[in-house]
Amino acid sequence: MAKKLIVSLSPHVHGGDSVQRNMYGVCVALIPTLLASLIFFGLGAAIVLATSVLSCVFFEWAISRFLLHKEQLTITDGSAVLTGLLLGFNLPSNLPVWIIIIGALVAIGVGKMTFGGLGCNPFNPALVGRVFLLVSFPVQMTTWPLPGQLTSYLDAQTGATPLAVMKEAVKTGDTSVLEKLPNAFDMLLGQMGGSLGEVSALAILIGLVYMLMRKIITWHIPVSILLTVLVFSGLLHLYNPAYADPVNTLLSGGLLLGACFMATDYVTSPMTPRGQIIYGIGIGAITVIIRTFGAYPEGMSFAILIMNAFTPLINTYNKPKRYGRVAK
Amino acid sequence: MKTFKIGGVHPAENKLTAEVPSRPAAIPAQAVFSMYQHIGSPAKPVVKKGDVVKVGTLLAEADGFVSAPIYSSVSGTVSKVDAIVDASGYRRPAIIVDVQGDEWEEEIDRSADLVTLADRPELTSEDIVAQVKKAGIVGMGGATFPTHVKLTPPPGSKADCVVINGVECEPYLTADHRLMLEKTDEVLVGISLIMKAVKVEKAYVGIENNKPDAIARMQEKASRYPGIEIVPLKVKYPQGGEKQLIQAITGREVPPPPGLPIQVGVVVQNVGTAFAIYEAVMKNKPLVERMITVTGKPLARPANLWTRIGTPMKALIDECGGMPEDCGKVIGGGPMMGKALMNLDVPVCKGSSGLLLMNDKESRRAAIQPCIRCAKCVGACPMGLEPYLLATASAFKKWDVVEANDIVSCIECGSCQFTCPSNRPMLDNIRIGKSTVMALIRARNAKK
Amino acid sequence: MHLIWIAVLILGAVGLISALVLFVASRKFAVEEDPRIGEVSEVLPQANCGGCGYPGCSGFAGACVKAANAGSLDGMLCPVGGQPVMERVASILGMSVTAVAPKVAVVRCNGSCANRPRVVSYDGVKSCRAALMTGTGETACAFGCLGCGDCVASCQFGAISINPETGLPVVDEEKCTACGACAKTCPRKIIELRPKGPKGRRMVVTCVNRDKGAVANKVCQASCIGCGKCVKTCPFEAITLMNNLAYIDPEKCRLCRKCEEACPKGAIHAINFPPRKPKAEPAVAAPVSEKPEQPAAEKTAASSNVESN
Repeated sequence: MAKKLIVSLSPHVHGGDSVQRNMYGVCVALIPTLLASLIFFGLGAAIVLATSVLSCVFFEWAISRFLLHKEQLTITDGSAVLTGLLLGFNLPSNLPVWIIIIGALVAIGVGKMTFGGLGCNPFNPALVGRVFLLVSFPVQMTTWPLPGQLTSYLDAQTGATPLAVMKEAVKTGDTSVLEKLPNAFDMLLGQMGGSLGEVSALAILIGLVYMLMRKIITWHIPVSILLTVLVFSGLLHLYNPAYADPVNTLLSGGLLLGACFMATDYVTSPMTPRGQIIYGIGIGAITVIIRTFGAYPEGMSFAILIMNAFTPLINTYNKPKRYGRVAK
Repeated sequence: MKTFKIGGVHPAENKLTAEVPSRPAAIPAQAVFSMYQHIGSPAKPVVKKGDVVKVGTLLAEADGFVSAPIYSSVSGTVSKVDAIVDASGYRRPAIIVDVQGDEWEEEIDRSADLVTLADRPELTSEDIVAQVKKAGIVGMGGATFPTHVKLTPPPGSKADCVVINGVECEPYLTADHRLMLEKTDEVLVGISLIMKAVKVEKAYVGIENNKPDAIARMQEKASRYPGIEIVPLKVKYPQGGEKQLIQAITGREVPPPPGLPIQVGVVVQNVGTAFAIYEAVMKNKPLVERMITVTGKPLARPANLWTRIGTPMKALIDECGGMPEDCGKVIGGGPMMGKALMNLDVPVCKGSSGLLLMNDKESRRAAIQPCIRCAKCVGACPMGLEPYLLATASAFKKWDVVEANDIVSCIECGSCQFTCPSNRPMLDNIRIGKSTVMALIRARNAKK
Repeated sequence: MHLIWIAVLILGAVGLISALVLFVASRKFAVEEDPRIGEVSEVLPQANCGGCGYPGCSGFAGACVKAANAGSLDGMLCPVGGQPVMERVASILGMSVTAVAPKVAVVRCNGSCANRPRVVSYDGVKSCRAALMTGTGETACAFGCLGCGDCVASCQFGAISINPETGLPVVDEEKCTACGACAKTCPRKIIELRPKGPKGRRMVVTCVNRDKGAVANKVCQASCIGCGKCVKTCPFEAITLMNNLAYIDPEKCRLCRKCEEACPKGAIHAINFPPRKPKAEPAVAAPVSEKPEQPAAEKTAASSNVESN
């Protein structure tokens, strides 16, 4: 026979899904958030995001090329771009470039490549980078510029974020402080201080709908986180009105960004629907606890990282319902 | 609309031949009858070199209960009782017949007249099973399990309904579809015979709703046959899997291996088998031909062919426009579960439902990327398994882990690998794990 | 100042209490173990390869002690450490061991890319067992090497590699410990543990094809066609022909190399012999191992394996 036939085991067809399709799909879902951050923070947002994405891709390339000597480079699969975008969205718009580069190095180098690269990291790399910066540069990381200063970068005026206001109310027990909060509609649009990607809840929700429609993620994680936060903070608010009310809790800070884009990271979240719901409930509960009783005003990053650590355990104890197996 | 509950995927249907009426394929110059056309013991040859045979002459008899006889599908002389390389790639015993003319054994009724159950009121359950056994009928959907065994429920178990598989969930294949359209009455009589054989009053015929013409035709005619209900099903692969079909239609779940459908009171048969049973019982015709879909994008004239068993695959390809230049892979069966053939001289067997040609581009697997733990395989698995875990643990030879995670339940449908964004060859590894674990279990049982 | 003292006192107290608990526990839950197991374990290579048939080196050590208590160390062999290690084990246990000829893994297939044409190309997991499920692998030979390297993966000592030119595994005899992992892994039972032979010299039929001559010849130029010439040539009756396949019994072989010349297909290989001089060397008389191979058992096992595919 002149030409050799190919043999392989079935299946002989593939659905056409790919890592790229999923990674860039999440990036596309982040476009509304990207636009919102540019509208509210202008130049600063552009510099922070560009630095973050470029340095993440660079470190991914450099580490896999020179340290791991990998033949197959993974920079085109979109995961480094995504990590860079998510890291950028978690930073204030007036952060100096050198801090961002350190964050990217920690995110990619420590958070991802030390474990073997794509698919092997136990913790969300963008959050590893962010939390590293948060504990290393607490001042820079917790002074957020007010929105609307389109041409300023390092010199932008800073102000209190809704979360800081809520924390103050809890600490002083004085509910009148809460009146300083922007109204819910402004918070939905993003007319408040905060990290780049945190401010516009609406943009994030558009991205979430897009990801659900393209079946990049399932509903289990975001819905379970948001419901848990709603119920838990609602109960706390009923118990003591000084604790923030559930709507403000949902719309402020990195909660939505985390629930929709960070907690749903494939690599670090559980594999079964039931596991994902447990994971989501855990994140929601820890977030509310940290926000209400902890030292930091925001607890989303820590909550996700803590639950990341539980993911293997959740996977072990939450098997899918097997066909034909009767529950014992 | 009904469908099975857990997992499933939606491969592109590519039913190129759905509108192509079936036609008989040319009789080959030489026919090859493998002794391994069914699950169970191979058939034992009863002819020798030089014997003259007709269509319907017994070539090999069943060896034991789980086995089936093989009849000649051509007339001519036996040229060799030897071994040939069959679809497995290995040389196995076979009978080769040189074809002369087309003479049939006289007791076979070759007329097209429909014989219904009303015409043969004297038929008993035992008669039907005996005739099915004698005719060498095996599962025509591809499983090739001897049908008379399935029609004889083990002592202590009782079926309460028959489920007929007209799903044809494999992409490309349309043989069952055309059969239901063109031989509707024969299939329905065949189903009545199955019902009578296993002594039940109810039969459900599951048909996916991508075949609305078949559903309409079957529904229209089924009203004349008591107890037969046509159940349209939502299109989802692998609905044709026995366990998935039972769940979709009756809502029951077959217990994990070694559980059998009969344990939940169901006997499953394919529409092709129902047709073969009709011909065997009512026309006294042994299983000598079957419909096979010869298809594929590079093929010039895809067709549904009535093919004599023993015809070389190559002859079928020639009949449909010849071997295309850019053909990279030839698959016996459908693209999801079929077997890539090494060699085109392989003959058509009782279980050959399709012959699929793929072009070079379709044939190659894409580059493997790291697992990103997206859990899409977990969502796709129709058995509720965790393919990512089974595949990885198999690759690392953690046989205890894969056994504890029910690897033996895997039906090898390929949904996990189909859906994997990283193109990981999961099912290759799972098969290794599954065969190892099954060998370990067998060894343990043997020790006891 | 007193703050520090409080800390020191508390920590010291915690340490003391913990130590006490540990001490009691170590006494109360102590497991009595034959001290010789530890001693034996120490002289073992600690490769934990399982080549001896026990789970790891400590398992083997336990088995050795048990065997010594029963009175004999016969049949206990660490294939990695070989004779020297077994002698040390025996001296610890106050026993003696009988000499066992050292063995080495031998690849019995010469179906290189040149000798055996590839008829299809395999696309899938690089595993012999997966390739086997598609049929006969890339070649039409139903018995020969599949070339996907399951043996390479199974070797803990890095002693097997696939030669990229021939596509066949090559055993590094220096590194091979005859643990048998590769022979056990090979789905086609091509790799056999054979006595190393004097100076490492041995004669091997490098084919396991049991098809009839014509069939075997068609799929591979280097196949044994079962013609039986070697059997007739051998002066020592060391070669048997079974299922169209010649097999050299290492116990009877005197390394005369006559079969090598007789084989019309070049399927018999002389390994580790010096290059041939124009005139054939006189036969080397060789001391031979005491443990004969069991070709019949090997073959039935292999044939049932193929049939089950």
